[in-house]
Order: sequence, then structure tokens, then C-alpha cells
Amino acid sequence: MTDPILEMRGIGKTFGPVRALQDVTMTVMPGEIRAVCGENGAGKSTLMNVLSGLYPYGSYEGEIHYQGKETRFRSLRDSEAVGIVIIHQELGLSPYLSIAENIFLGNERSRMGVIDWRETNSRAKELLERVGLREKVETRVMDIGVGKQQLVEIAKALSKEVKLLILDEPTAALNDEDSAHLLGLMRQLREEGVTQILISHKLNEVMAIADNVTVIRDGAVVETLSNADDAEDKATEARIIRSMVGRPLDHRFPPREPEIGEELLRLEDWTVHHPEDPQRVIVDNASLSVRRGEIVGIAGLMGAGRTELAMSLFGHQYGSRISGKVIKDGKEIRTETVPRAIGHGLAYVSEDRKKYGLNLIAEIRHNISGASLGKISKRGVINKTTEDTVARDFRNKMRIRSSGIQQLAGNLSGGNQQKVSLSKWVFSDPDVLILDEPTRGIDVGAKYEIYEIINELAASGRGIIVISSELPELLGLCDRIYALSEGRITGQLPREEATQESLMELMTMEAAR
Amino acid sequence: MSEAVTQPDRAAEKPPSVFNVGASLRQYGIFLALVLIIVLFQFLTDGRLLQPNNVTSLVQQNAYVLILAVGMLMVIVAGHIDLSVGSVVAAVGGVIGVLMIDYDWGTWITVLVALLIGGLIGAWQGFWVAYVGVPAFIVTLGGMMIFRGVALVLVGYTRSGFESDFIAISNSGVAGLTGFVGMLDAFTLIVGIIGILAVLFFSIRKRLALRKRNLDVEPSVLFWVKLVSLAAAIGLATYWIARSNLALPYVLIIVGAVVFAYAWLMGSTVFGRHVYAIGGNLAAAKLSGINTKKVNFWLFVNMGLLGGLAAIIVTSRAGAAAAAAGTGYELDVIAACFIGGAAVTGGIGRVSGAVIGALIMGVLNMGLSIMGVDPSWQQIIKGLVLTLAVAFDLINKSRSAGRAG
Repeated sequence: MTDPILEMRGIGKTFGPVRALQDVTMTVMPGEIRAVCGENGAGKSTLMNVLSGLYPYGSYEGEIHYQGKETRFRSLRDSEAVGIVIIHQELGLSPYLSIAENIFLGNERSRMGVIDWRETNSRAKELLERVGLREKVETRVMDIGVGKQQLVEIAKALSKEVKLLILDEPTAALNDEDSAHLLGLMRQLREEGVTQILISHKLNEVMAIADNVTVIRDGAVVETLSNADDAEDKATEARIIRSMVGRPLDHRFPPREPEIGEELLRLEDWTVHHPEDPQRVIVDNASLSVRRGEIVGIAGLMGAGRTELAMSLFGHQYGSRISGKVIKDGKEIRTETVPRAIGHGLAYVSEDRKKYGLNLIAEIRHNISGASLGKISKRGVINKTTEDTVARDFRNKMRIRSSGIQQLAGNLSGGNQQKVSLSKWVFSDPDVLILDEPTRGIDVGAKYEIYEIINELAASGRGIIVISSELPELLGLCDRIYALSEGRITGQLPREEATQESLMELMTMEAAR
Repeated sequence: MSEAVTQPDRAAEKPPSVFNVGASLRQYGIFLALVLIIVLFQFLTDGRLLQPNNVTSLVQQNAYVLILAVGMLMVIVAGHIDLSVGSVVAAVGGVIGVLMIDYDWGTWITVLVALLIGGLIGAWQGFWVAYVGVPAFIVTLGGMMIFRGVALVLVGYTRSGFESDFIAISNSGVAGLTGFVGMLDAFTLIVGIIGILAVLFFSIRKRLALRKRNLDVEPSVLFWVKLVSLAAAIGLATYWIARSNLALPYVLIIVGAVVFAYAWLMGSTVFGRHVYAIGGNLAAAKLSGINTKKVNFWLFVNMGLLGGLAAIIVTSRAGAAAAAAGTGYELDVIAACFIGGAAVTGGIGRVSGAVIGALIMGVLNMGLSIMGVDPSWQQIIKGLVLTLAVAFDLINKSRSAGRAG
């Protein structure tokens, strides 16, 4: 019997009056892939930050034993020195530096302070081969996709002689192909003896790759399940979800009786060109429609032009040389500025709530009123009591978990931020609501609540367009699903006929040019 | 929403108003710092700092910082900076000098033209920032050179010999306007009493409105303590000022009006909210339908307008228009904003904070001068205060950032 590589005993951590971790004990064996699952705010990231020394020894309770010895990390440097490397959800690469420079950032190959470029580049080349990335080491990181950037991060970790690799939501921003490659790489690293801790919301990935699954809820370990086929208490997706939320979740999608009315919005021959390179067609002759009370999905792989389609429609916020017709309630409308789009009853909830959705350093109440100040003001003067009332009502209705309406949006968990973002656009009282990846990076429980909100909005006679890269989500939510491939609508399927396979076929269809 | 699914209450749910207290603590902290500095200098100068005549001259000497800091704060909150304010003061001052001395224009028409020209200068800079997208740092660095040059061209040498009613703007007060009550000026007392009543009225009205709609209100003890201390502070200041030779200085009326108007503009109007939204997240502001270019343009027009007002006050105070007027003002003003809690990255900052920041700098100036500290040392001390104030802020912030798990 080998000794564990890592033992965390009785870890506890508080932030002021808030207890984030409580008596967490976790044992990881060398060469295993351990998944850590839990809802947002359950304490996964906090636990990893304790482990990696970001929260220094003394700021938490309990002991960490690594390779048989008790360790007291005071910083990330301490933990990296013994081979523990953490790769965060938001990548820590410098976009303007080359791949090689990034790999050795903070760990430069140098002689007396002067960089040894030959060594840097040749070592980087070896590392890129190891992670299976075919790019020149001189390429700037900003010029490669997110999937490849993730591989650069792993190469960087390998350059530090990593023994325990912690990956925090590594595939959250990746498409299926890149995700598959990353999982393959993780398997390969396991063969090479690298122990890995994977934090992921994607349970299918967890099931595909993890040896054991530890579920955390409310800062405490609920249980650790084995994923071995012959295990007595084998991990299953349903079991993990149940442990995560503390209750059985029989239906991932709330029930709904659609009442579909007349056509509300129609897009005809919508064509959008790339903003910097006007020769490139990003959205190609797309036509689609949504009716009152209907939830329409748009399925497409990364780069298919989903977000570009939505943002070009919403106030021409993306693209150049935009052409085509927008028809609402039978009349052609123009939407080339955001105020005009809002005025015609459109709303767009961005996929990137931190970048495009919220003002993170502003209070919840000011975020909610942000797109509809006209509704709560008279001659340019805001009625703050009305504003507070509106915010309070949305906080209750959307079940935004916060200390109050004055909490800063940046201090909320992902799911609650998304609810604030939704509230903001629901308050603008749109007829057509475009939701771009409405549940990205959100835990299971909050997802369910967001689905309920979407259903309610549809039931009130609005038209909803949902863009999502999660096919089960579209299938569970939508009445009709369009497939987008390389900027073209390659087909649409009603809910009854749509399956993951049939959609995927349309989404990968080569556009005939 | 369906009743079938009830969410377990999560440990991650934050206890009430931890963050609010944190945010307003910053405001209290800076206010407390001002009080401490005043007490310190009151002690160090054997009580001379708060002599009534020193209080009024503190306001007169620092009126331009207060006015410019209000405009600068708005610019900083939107994520910009304005380095040209000192030069704008000199250029507009030059225009005032030429008009009144060379062309014998009257006071009121000159004042109006000065404000207009300030606004036009702001429009010039706002055009480049908002509609061409040149960073404000560059545009106003250019403006700093351009308008200093303009001042030199206009004035050449110093202009003096202004009409007495122009000089009075920054050098006189209301003393005797409506008689005296004992040693105290009656008009000042009336203004003070109206001020106290207004504070009481609006605070209580707001609290009642919040309560009526079942919105959260602060604990009543805290509310009354705050309200009573505020009223007492106004009362004390009124008494003090009423005892001074000038009574209420005209510039204090101007500064007071500017501060209140802009605090209201930033706190209660759509325009103010748009400024915070732009500084907080530009992309999100655009996607919320805010015309960010228009807001940026008007921000600079406004800064220019306040620069014009500052020029009037500075020229009146000095009794002369000089090409070198306003040198280094931009630094005092920017320092006041950052001491007052504005964020370098935009999105955060309050008019009240900038005012307190400006007062801290002003009290330091006056206290150190009364003590006879060498001007070189005054510079060093002010620089240290700025650095430490912002450092303190950042340390505070990084400590509370650990909370976001």
C-alpha cells in the first residue's frame, strides 16, 4: 500500500463572520485524478487556495501533509517549489508575450539575469510536444485560441516539475474538441505519474476521467465516491448532483406548457462581416423568427457566429457591413444603436456577465436599474426610493442571495450575478429577450432557478432566444432549435424531433458556399 | 416560481451588510482623518488654526481646489484624468485680464464670458477624448501646454487694477448685509439655520419614504447620531464664520452651491449614474444603451466650465491675471480626489470625498504655514499624505478582497 501524496486534515477557513470551510479532510493518492465537485460558493476554490498557499499558513485551521511531511506554505511560490501547481479558471497568461516567454514567466531560463533564449525556446518546444500543442514557441499567446492557451498553462506547470496539478474548471471556456484533447492530456499525465485535482461543473467529464470524486457542500465534505467500475458505491451523475445540492434533483428542467402566439420578431437574410476584416463573413444570410411565448434555441459550436449574430442584431455592437431585415410585429425596425434596440423592446443578456453584463464595482440596485434609468426617473432625476423598491422586488423574485440590494455585484457568486444581469434586462421590460449562454459557469441549483425564470418570461408572452453550447440545455428548454454552422443557419428542428445527434449533425454541416 | 424546489440556504450567503459597512467605513475613515488633522493642528498652532478669520481664509485660499476637485472627481470616476486644469485657469484668467483691463468690460459680462470660454475649452478637449478616442491623459497633456501658451500670449505680463466688485468676489463676505446679532453676522446665521433645517427635513423625509415602502433603513440610533452631529457641525461652523470679519465669504456661497449641486448631480441623476457606469464597466455601459461618447464629451465641457469658474475666483483673489497662474493646480486637485477615495481605475469616488480630500490638503497647507514650516517641507509632507492615504486604501481593499472566496 502506497502512502498518500496529499492529506488535508480538518481544514477550516473563515472570512470575517462567514465560514467558508469546515473540517475538510481529503486524502489523495499518487497518480490519481481526483475530482472535486460542488455548487458555486461551496468552498472548492477556497480549499484549493488553502492548499496552494494563496491563503498562507496561519490563516486557516487544520494541517496539510504532502509527500508524508506537514507543510506550511506561505505563498504560491512555496507550494510551487515542491511541485504543487494550480491553474485557475481565468488563465494567468500575458497576452502580448510569446508562448515560450509565458511558459517560463517568473521562472526564466537565464544566466546572471540575462535570458538564455536558446534554452528557453528549446525547452518550451519540448514542453509543447509533451502537451500536444502544434504552435511555434514564438507565437504570441493572444494569437492562439482559448483551448491552446489552456495547453500553454499546462506546459507552464510541467516546466515547474509539477507533481500535483490542480485544474480549476479547465474546460469551462473550451469547445468539445479542445475539451476532449485536454482530457486526453490529463490521462497521459496520469500515466506519467502526475497527480491531479480537477474542479469541474461538467459531470460528464468528471465521470469520464476521475478516479475518485469528492463532493463538497456548504464548506464541508459530503462524501467521496469511487469511480472504479467495480466499486461498491460507484459514482454516478445523479448521485453526485444529489450530494451537491443536498436533495434529489429528479428533473433538471422545470415543467412547462408552452402557449405560443403570433410571430414577434423575424430576422431576414442577416449578414455580418468581421469588424477588422470586412472581407470575412461571420454571419451569412441568417433568417430566423421567434413567436410570442416561444423559447427558441440557437445551437452552434464555438466560432459558429452565435454571439456575433446576437450582438450585431442588438445595436450593431459587433461586426461591419451588416445587412438584412429585422421585422417586429410585422413592421421593419432598425436596431443600429443599443438605445434603438432597447426602444424596440429587445434585450441581450451577454454570455460574459463580468465583461459585458455587470458593473462589478457597483451595487446590485444600480446594476438592476442600469439599462432602464428612464423608467425610474423624471427629467433626468432618479427617484431612488422607486429604484430601491424595484431592486428589492427583483431580489426577492429572482432569489438573489446577497446581504441586501446594496451589496456590490462583484461580491456575488456566479449564479447570483447572472440573476442580477437577468433582472436588469427583465426590468427593461423587453418583448424579445436574447439570452447568451444563460447558465455558463453556474451550479445546478441556480441553473434550475434560471430555467424557471426563463419559462415565466415566455409564459408572459415574450419571445425568448437562447444561445447555448450545452445541447441538453437547449433540448430541455426550447420549443424550436436552430443550428448554426460557420455563420449559416443549417436547419431548424422542433423540440419533438431534436436530439443531440440530429443537432450535432446540423451544427457540423459544411456550409455550401 | 414552483414550490417543488426549495433551495437549501447556503453557508455562502453573506451576513447582512458586511460590505456596506466596509464601503461607508472608507468614507467615515477619511472624514475622521480630516477631523484628526484639524485637531492636531489646532493643538500644534495653539488654537490659531480655527480662529474665525483663519477659517474664512482657509475657504478663500482653497476655493479653487474645491471647485476643480468636483469636476476632476467626475472625470476620474469616468476613468479619465485632466492634467490641463492649471493651464485652463491661467488661460481663462488671461482672457479676464485682457477684457477687463484692456477693453474695460464690466464684471458680470466678463464673468459670463469666462465661464463660456472655459466651457469651450472643455468642448475642445471633450471632442478629442469622446469622439476621436484619444486618451484623456494625452489630450489634456497637450491642453496643459496649449493653454499655458495661450495664457502667455494673452497676458504677456501681469494685468492688474481690477474693479472693486470683481475683487470682492474672492475677498469679501456678507458681513453687515442684514445687520448683526451681538458679535455675530445675522445673514450668516440665517443661512446656517436654513441649512440645518434643510438637512433635517430631507434626511427625515427620505427615511420616512424608505420606511413607507418597507425598504431597509439604517438603525435609528445611528441615524439620529449622524443627523444630530451633522446639524451640530453646521451650527458650529455657522457660529464660527459669523464671528469672522467677513462673515460668510462670497466664495463659500459659490463653493457650497457647486458642491451641493454636483453631489446631487452625481448621486441622484441619470447623468451621474451614467458616469459611474462608464467608469465601472465601459463595455457593459455601452450594452446598456448609454451614449458613452456624449457623457464623456459633457464631462469635459463641465470640467472646462468649472475651470472657468476657478479662473474667476483665482484672478479675483490675486487681484491680477498672470500667465503663471494655476501652475501645479492639477496636481493638488488630483491629489484631493485620490485622498478622498476615488479609484485610479475609475468607477468609484464621491463628490463629498473629493471635498474632504481638498480640505485635508487645505488644512495641511494652512496649519503648516501658521507653524512656519518651510514650503519645501510642506511639499514633502503633502506628498507623503497622498501616498499613505491611497496605500491605506489599497491595503484595506486587499484585506477585504480575501473575503470573496
